[in-house]
Amino acid sequence: MTSNSNKQWDMIIRPSGGLFDLKLRELWEYRDLLYLLVRRDIITVYKQTLLGAFWFILPPILNTAIYFVLFGVIAKVSTDGTNPILFYLTGLIAWGYFADCINRTSTTFRTNASIFGKVYFPRLIVPLSSVVSALIKFGVQLILLVAVLLFFLIRGENVHPQYAYFWLLPLLLLMMMFSGLAFGIIISSLTTKYRDLTNMVPFAVQLLMYATPVIYPASIIPAKYLWILHINPLTPLIESMRFIFIGSDQINWLMLGYSLVFTLVTLFIGLLMFNRTEKDFMDTV
Amino acid sequence: MSVVVHADQVSKIFRLGDVGSSTLTEDIRAAYYKILGKENPYLKMAVENDRTSGVSSDFVWALKDINFEVNQGEIVGLVGRNGAGKSTLLKILSRTTTPTQGEIKIKGKVASLLEVGTGFHPDLTGRENIFLNGTILGMRRSEIRDKFNDIVEFAGVQRYIDTPVKRYSSGMYVRLAFAVAAHLDPDILIIDEVLAVGDAEFQAKCLGKMKDVSDQGRTVLFVSHNMGAVADLCSRAILLKQGMIIQDGPTDSVIRTYVQQNMQVKLSDSSSLTDATVRRGTGHVRYEQIRMLNSAGEEVNEFFQGDKVIIEMTLKVIKPVNELLASISLRSGRTRDVVTSTKRNKIDSTNFKSGDIVNVRYEFPRLSLRPGVYETYYWLGDKSAETAFDVVDNLLPPIVVKLPIETNELFVSGYFDEPFTFEQISI
Repeated sequence: MTSNSNKQWDMIIRPSGGLFDLKLRELWEYRDLLYLLVRRDIITVYKQTLLGAFWFILPPILNTAIYFVLFGVIAKVSTDGTNPILFYLTGLIAWGYFADCINRTSTTFRTNASIFGKVYFPRLIVPLSSVVSALIKFGVQLILLVAVLLFFLIRGENVHPQYAYFWLLPLLLLMMMFSGLAFGIIISSLTTKYRDLTNMVPFAVQLLMYATPVIYPASIIPAKYLWILHINPLTPLIESMRFIFIGSDQINWLMLGYSLVFTLVTLFIGLLMFNRTEKDFMDTV
Repeated sequence: MSVVVHADQVSKIFRLGDVGSSTLTEDIRAAYYKILGKENPYLKMAVENDRTSGVSSDFVWALKDINFEVNQGEIVGLVGRNGAGKSTLLKILSRTTTPTQGEIKIKGKVASLLEVGTGFHPDLTGRENIFLNGTILGMRRSEIRDKFNDIVEFAGVQRYIDTPVKRYSSGMYVRLAFAVAAHLDPDILIIDEVLAVGDAEFQAKCLGKMKDVSDQGRTVLFVSHNMGAVADLCSRAILLKQGMIIQDGPTDSVIRTYVQQNMQVKLSDSSSLTDATVRRGTGHVRYEQIRMLNSAGEEVNEFFQGDKVIIEMTLKVIKPVNELLASISLRSGRTRDVVTSTKRNKIDSTNFKSGDIVNVRYEFPRLSLRPGVYETYYWLGDKSAETAFDVVDNLLPPIVVKLPIETNELFVSGYFDEPFTFEQISI
């Protein structure tokens, strides 16, 4: 009755394994779900609040104000002669996107346990939809940045957007998206079993921000600590962003290449770990 | 006939207790053994899944060497007590977890009715939720657009389709959720007992959908404790016990085995009170023993229509109570309660002291129930209906009613023999 060939079956359920089976085709088949999850995220933010998108731009404005007062006015940390408001705002918005990607994806398994426990679909859709909906928020913040930038340009401040490098922006954005996603899914894979990791995530992200030249330029770091910034794959992303928008810092192509390789490797590791966890995390979560 | 589900040596190990600090070391040890090419030491520790035994291993086989095939168009009932492995098997079939060993091959699209309403977001409108829920369940957007009007009509929510579902009544919400699931058009439909929690209309709809699906030549796997429903709907049943298949065959004989083997519970075993799904209550007064007797005083659970049925109960007072009421129900099929002692029966509790033993007896002088399997439900509590002292819900053998004459029709429809006359008045 049963033939030994597996061709006649539509689906074979096996023990966990097939580490390298990333099921990209299946992911593609569920692209409609990705679209609808992103739509859900956006609609629910608008529907829940009166001010809607305003809440997207409030945090970078407040943070910029805080750092401007603390670092710029009181501690008098240099911003390499660039307008400090633009300096902080650019860095914080760029960093904010990366941090948002980590924070949203790092709880994938735990916040979706009830759905994951009931129905199968490629789990990767959920963190992917998170980083895409975070992109919408980033887009709104970008409008704020451009508005502030225009304001200072018109006033003739010392800002020099590097229009010739604008083509690099999508690539930088993709690198931030995928490194955030990679860290996020690694954390979410680990936290299904070792739950205490969850408590460390906000702290670690905060620490990582201070190890990245977000609210200070690399030039104020003593030479013997510079290696920290150099091994940090996020350094070139933030610096390049700032270079393109306001002309401070510089683009270090070698470090950008390193950052790209780092992103791809962590993403690959993340996918393997996520893939392994998604199969039976329901037993441990 | 073609095979659409083929399970081959499927096994699943579960870890008991907390997955906590010790797991990191265990993982490292397991990895170490793997590197050395030895067998994972934790696999050896797994024992047969028997909740009543006090074996202290942290690992159990939730399923062990499950082999079965399901042909296209079959309606198969999966039966067994809580913890027998039914839900685990379903989870593996619906791919929310994986087996530890073995494999299952499936032909066609699988959908399960336990996914009703998965991913519904209260702030989204009915329309938006249909699309979101539909894609979660595996439909394409174009597919949902084609079926959209049918879904809305089936749910009967046309007027509210652009209203957020948080403003829906719970009935509308469930109908909409079910409507989406009902339009999945799966080749294999999995139905869990979960549907027993809905209202009667909803249950009837689920079971109706199940009939439709099977009439179209599709396959249904039905998981239930409700022997009446299984007997009604399934031609074949698989009995699971402690993660293993005990019997696989015609529904009648599987149910008989289930009744004989699987439902003997020691009521005085206090540990069983912890299983909130089957035995619950404050424990102020508890059942010590419940015995079903025939007119000759023999302890049996199979009766002929017209027999006298005696149910004797021994109760133990753990803490004195102001008031003590008892009630029993016999349940079956879609409508659940078939016979109930409608007025809760008062037991004089004025002089209760802790440790007192109370004996009571129900007597049914002439059983008019039609042949079938009727689950039992015993309740002790007081007037405020919320507090039950002890509930024994389908833990003891059901009453099996047979016709005095041997017939092939073991399960006739309807529940009672109501006397009536019939005559032809004109041509």
